[in-house]
Amino acid sequence: MIQTIAFYLFAVLVIASAVMVIMSRNPVHSVLWLILAFFNAAGLMVLVGAEFIAMLLVIVYVGAVAVLFLFVVMMLDIDFAELRAGFIKNFPLGIAIAAILLAELVLGIGAYRVGAIELGTPDGTSAPLLDRSNIESIGALLYRDYIFLFEAAGIILLVAMVGAIVLTHRKGPADARGQQDIAKQNRRRPEEATVMKQPGIGKGVEL
Amino acid sequence: MNLASSLYFTGAEVGLSIVGLVLLLVSAWGGPRSARLVTILAVSALVGATLFSGHLFDLAVRETAGRAFGDLYRADTFGSFAKILIYLATIAVLMVTPRFFDQRGAYRPEYPVLMLFNAVGMGMMVSATDLMTLYIGLEMSSLASYVLASFLRNDTRSAEAGLKYFVLGALASGIILYGVSLVYGFTGSTNYEGIRAAFAIEFSTGALFGVVFVLAGLAFKVSAVPFHMWTPDVYEGAPTPVTAFFATAPKVAAMAMLVRMAMEPFAGEVDAWRQIVIFAALASIVVGALGAIGQQNLKRLLAYSSINNVGFILIGLAAATPAGVAGVMTYLAIYVAMTVGSFTALLMLRDPMGQNLETFDDIAGLSTNRPALAWCLLALMFSLAGIPPLFGFWGKFVVFQAAVQADLVALAAIGIAASVIGAFYYIKFVKVMFFDDATREVETESPIGHWIVLGLSVAIISPLGYFLTIPLGEWSAAAAASFAAAM
Repeated sequence: MIQTIAFYLFAVLVIASAVMVIMSRNPVHSVLWLILAFFNAAGLMVLVGAEFIAMLLVIVYVGAVAVLFLFVVMMLDIDFAELRAGFIKNFPLGIAIAAILLAELVLGIGAYRVGAIELGTPDGTSAPLLDRSNIESIGALLYRDYIFLFEAAGIILLVAMVGAIVLTHRKGPADARGQQDIAKQNRRRPEEATVMKQPGIGKGVEL
Repeated sequence: MNLASSLYFTGAEVGLSIVGLVLLLVSAWGGPRSARLVTILAVSALVGATLFSGHLFDLAVRETAGRAFGDLYRADTFGSFAKILIYLATIAVLMVTPRFFDQRGAYRPEYPVLMLFNAVGMGMMVSATDLMTLYIGLEMSSLASYVLASFLRNDTRSAEAGLKYFVLGALASGIILYGVSLVYGFTGSTNYEGIRAAFAIEFSTGALFGVVFVLAGLAFKVSAVPFHMWTPDVYEGAPTPVTAFFATAPKVAAMAMLVRMAMEPFAGEVDAWRQIVIFAALASIVVGALGAIGQQNLKRLLAYSSINNVGFILIGLAAATPAGVAGVMTYLAIYVAMTVGSFTALLMLRDPMGQNLETFDDIAGLSTNRPALAWCLLALMFSLAGIPPLFGFWGKFVVFQAAVQADLVALAAIGIAASVIGAFYYIKFVKVMFFDDATREVETESPIGHWIVLGLSVAIISPLGYFLTIPLGEWSAAAAASFAAAM
């Protein structure tokens, strides 16, 4: 019963917040609605027993989206004075979203604690397919069976990072190229910049 | 799976990775000043890895090959042999590198660190017995190579070489990955033995597509015709020491990987891949020989020369016998010595201002200015052409012998005929050095490190090298024995 209620709660909220993502005028609000949608999708994943994916959604997407949020704020031309003025106006909305998230957390964790939600199979029989959780299985694959490849993949990322820094990082003016040299620009005289030419008729000019 | 034994068998990779990480910290704190120190430490780490691979080679000769991490990786004679060649080539390149970059004020400690990670990736490539290990090793090596190609970042040609290599290399990686996914899809396994077992039951058209895609991608990595177009441009644009590296270590790694793929998972389907390899071999020999004729730039010329040599190596693979694999390994060893020597000599050719000389006009009359260097280059060029008293002949001899024994007489005959075309530009090289009038002044002093590398490689390819034929033959045969179970 509580499973069904939780499902409809999460599902409705996912759809509603997804609609709000595209309906809201302020891009910052869109991002906030997106975070709410991710949280609810994570709740749905818990319900079908994919707790690892739920955690990925919260950690990776919400975490990454928080960064994305910063980028949006930095890159868009947002009038912060206006935003601050709207703070009081939007305060109830913010409180409402925070309250919904809190309620979901309490509901979800509470239901899990009393045993109403069992991590189960998609058909609702609540019997795990393996004798251990998804996280344990994935962990065993990544960190035991394929540890060699996992670490090697880490080194690949390190090589990519070192490469990017080696090729782009420049220290000091001696190393910099293509930068503006104002003194040189001021020293420039018309004689150096322009030439007089008397092109013959029908002939081109060699510069 | 025993972690301790797995770590032991992957010791060369694990050790080099740890040293690479530590040296990365040293270079982060030490800055450009630490470049020399990091280079020396990297060379010593590679010497250690070479010795350890030699130890594993011995071990694998006496006992069975060491499987590590499930069957993701195998420390057998074949892999160890290839790794010794790779590490030695990397050491030689690191020894002649600093001077080239110092003159441009561009030497940085990240260079040897990237070389180390490159060596780790190449080691994984040659020892991989699983498609996933293969791909990760390949990417590690390739990514480091792209950065090395554009290491002279203020030089537009170097940047162009890096970008070109990156775009085309990424395309080749994609092709390999596509083939790998098809092979996995039709066999249900990424493990080499699993793939062979599945192919033995059924070899469908889809799987054939997978094999062809994998071979095409690997042909790109060894720069075999018709996937060779990037080679001259990248070799010309990249800094000369990096070109020397590209022409040796990654080529050995990619070739060893190709041989292992052909002889292990695809060993039952020789008919499927042999015609591809034969075509690539003949096309590489002919295009490599004809393409080099018009070149003025010596780096471009050596790029075509390497394409040409890849063709001869592929003839050994086309034989698909233990003798063929042994021939490939012998040829690779001699090829590395010849190529390292040629590029070191190229690095020693500088004008009095320290600019590197790299065209035919620059080397005219070199025999009067720098007789010792000119004679070394003469030996190297004759050896590359495969003229008998020199050791380069022996490499060609063993691959042709293997091809004839495998009833590929026509292939061997065409290969020998085409190698005559190649002799033209090697001899032109010698003619320009010895019979043309000098037009440029050249620097008359070279550091001792360069002379050591050049001297060693010339000693190997000189007739003295024939003392090596027996041990080299034994080692190559031992390396080829890794696939005895598969054939």
